[in-house]
Amino acid sequence: MSKFKKKKSGDLPAVSTASLPDIVFMLLFFFMTVTVMKDSDLMVTNKVPTASEVQKLDKKDPVMYIYAGKPTMKYQKKAGTSNKVQINDKFVVPDEIPNFVLEYQSGLHQDLQNRFITALKIDEDTNMGIVTDVKEALRDANALKINYITKDGDPLVGLKK
Amino acid sequence: MAKRAAPEVNAGSMADIAFLLLIFFLVTTTIETNQGLSARLPERQPVTEDAPPLRKRNVFEVMVNQNDQLLVENELMEIGDLREAAVAFLDNGGDGSCAYCQGTKDVNSSVNPNKAIISLRNQRGTSYKMYVAVQNELQAAYNVLRERERERLYPNEVSWTEMWAQYNAAKTSDARKDALKPKIEKLQELFPYKLSEAEPKKD
Repeated sequence: MSKFKKKKSGDLPAVSTASLPDIVFMLLFFFMTVTVMKDSDLMVTNKVPTASEVQKLDKKDPVMYIYAGKPTMKYQKKAGTSNKVQINDKFVVPDEIPNFVLEYQSGLHQDLQNRFITALKIDEDTNMGIVTDVKEALRDANALKINYITKDGDPLVGLKK
Repeated sequence: MAKRAAPEVNAGSMADIAFLLLIFFLVTTTIETNQGLSARLPERQPVTEDAPPLRKRNVFEVMVNQNDQLLVENELMEIGDLREAAVAFLDNGGDGSCAYCQGTKDVNSSVNPNKAIISLRNQRGTSYKMYVAVQNELQAAYNVLRERERERLYPNEVSWTEMWAQYNAAKTSDARKDALKPKIEKLQELFPYKLSEAEPKKD
């Protein structure tokens, strides 16, 4: 009988998982802080084109979004498959856009009103007809600052030659 | 019976709950892509006003048809060559009044960057992707030239695009913005951005 028992070989001590919740909570808080809840549900396809000469929109700028593209599968039964314009949560025709712009602008503080930008999130497969209609409607509403939302990248990739 | 130690709550499932929440936020997170090409629409003009006459050599005509083909100055062109052609047009300096231009002084191209106008016309059937690519290339042509002048006039400054980005960012200090403003205005004056978009023809 030896006083020192020989340690069983091959029996590794279990890794302590006590700090696992802490790590997970850290990640959780990170994602909670960076998450922005979408206020409007996208009802159109929205794969924006790429461009290289992009300018970042500032978080503090008053931005109104206008989406355009083909209705997604879910809405095709109701709205058809031709290109549609979406503002907030509904499809609109271009003639209605000035009303939305004025409504948005009237809710803004005075000195923000002249920094007002309309961001056009338009699907790359949309044709220019509907884009032109939107632009003309924005001119009617005197909302002249616009931004074509794009991804950063080479615009020439994927263009058919 | 008086003192009984409160039983410890088992915290083993804490990680599971946290994971569940984590996965929920992971799925709902969308990194916002708020960047793009800025543009300014022309104001509505009273129709009675006559447009000032333009000399044809000062107008760089770009047309895109419904098959996404590019017609530049009445010649077919690949989109990859557009930037170079626009730079050559803007930088031409045909009448010698532009001291900083390095162009070839072609008699059929623009006389001065101040007078040079790019006219873009698309059709209703043009794809948005192509339109953005064309806009991008034209913007790039101006950026190339402004960057060249920036190197000449303000060699210690950051690049033109960086200057412009800083000038437009809200987090930039007012002192920095004041320092940037005259330089930016100078560069914009050397190569003013003049893009005229004709209303597309019905087709």
